[in-house]
Amino acid sequence: MENANKKTHITPYTTYLIVWIALLAFTSITVSVAGISLGNYTLVIALFIAAIKSALVINIFMHIKFEEKIFKVFLALSGMTLLIIFILTFTDFSFR
Amino acid sequence: MIHNENSNTHSHRDDTGAKMGMWLFLFTEVLLFGGMFLVYAVYRFQNQAQFHLAGMELNTTVGTINTIILLTSSLTVALAITAIQKNNKFLSMLFLSITLVFAIMFMVNKYFEWSTKISHGIYPGSEELLKKQNGEILFFGLYYVMTGLHGLHVIVGVVLLSIMMLLIYKDKINIDSYVKLENSGLYWHLVDLIWIFLFPLFYLIQ
Repeated sequence: MENANKKTHITPYTTYLIVWIALLAFTSITVSVAGISLGNYTLVIALFIAAIKSALVINIFMHIKFEEKIFKVFLALSGMTLLIIFILTFTDFSFR
Repeated sequence: MIHNENSNTHSHRDDTGAKMGMWLFLFTEVLLFGGMFLVYAVYRFQNQAQFHLAGMELNTTVGTINTIILLTSSLTVALAITAIQKNNKFLSMLFLSITLVFAIMFMVNKYFEWSTKISHGIYPGSEELLKKQNGEILFFGLYYVMTGLHGLHVIVGVVLLSIMMLLIYKDKINIDSYVKLENSGLYWHLVDLIWIFLFPLFYLIQ
């Protein structure tokens, strides 16, 4: 594998701090947006921000960005599984 | 199969394998919570107005404070790993103890939040709750089950991270061997990740 000879990746303290500040910023955005009445968009925006936040946590805090490819494949597979379960359920639910 | 520099110290160790195992476990956790999110999604779709009504009763401020607490505790766990990678045992233990303090703060908040709800007569099966409409009953049922299961995970995380602190203290986790700390960190981040979705879905309904 391509990482075999590389040194272990050590994430600097500052990287984590920046990600943390970004996470807090997104939290304040999502809280303030929730205060505005945007109808159905409120949920979409809230979930979109939650998705950005989880991408930050998964990639940097959970180190996925710096892991071998197989971890990313695992992650994609489980994400797809969950997505398929959601799509199938909602298809069934909408057409019954 | 894969030999990173860590495996030099112990020929029978497979850190990549250990981490892979942890990720596989995390996926089963994702499916466990995913199923609940699915139930939430369908019921919310069916009872939009009542979910909004019930959601208004949750305290957004407490939810926001708990979000900040969990995000910060995720940061300190990540920092603890960098510290041990830089051979700073003391700093790593310090970061872990801060994480534990945050985790306990989260549970204390949760305790007061639930107590308030329960003292208002809103808990699964209560007379007060059963008088409400179906959608509201479903909302509070899901609220107790999902935040409750999440809270259980926080408690497990506290136990896990305490053990890791002890292992660092005993030099069982050190600059050459820290995959246990990494895996516990992964677990803690998952707890954070689930909260990232629980928070807007329960506390930010306006």
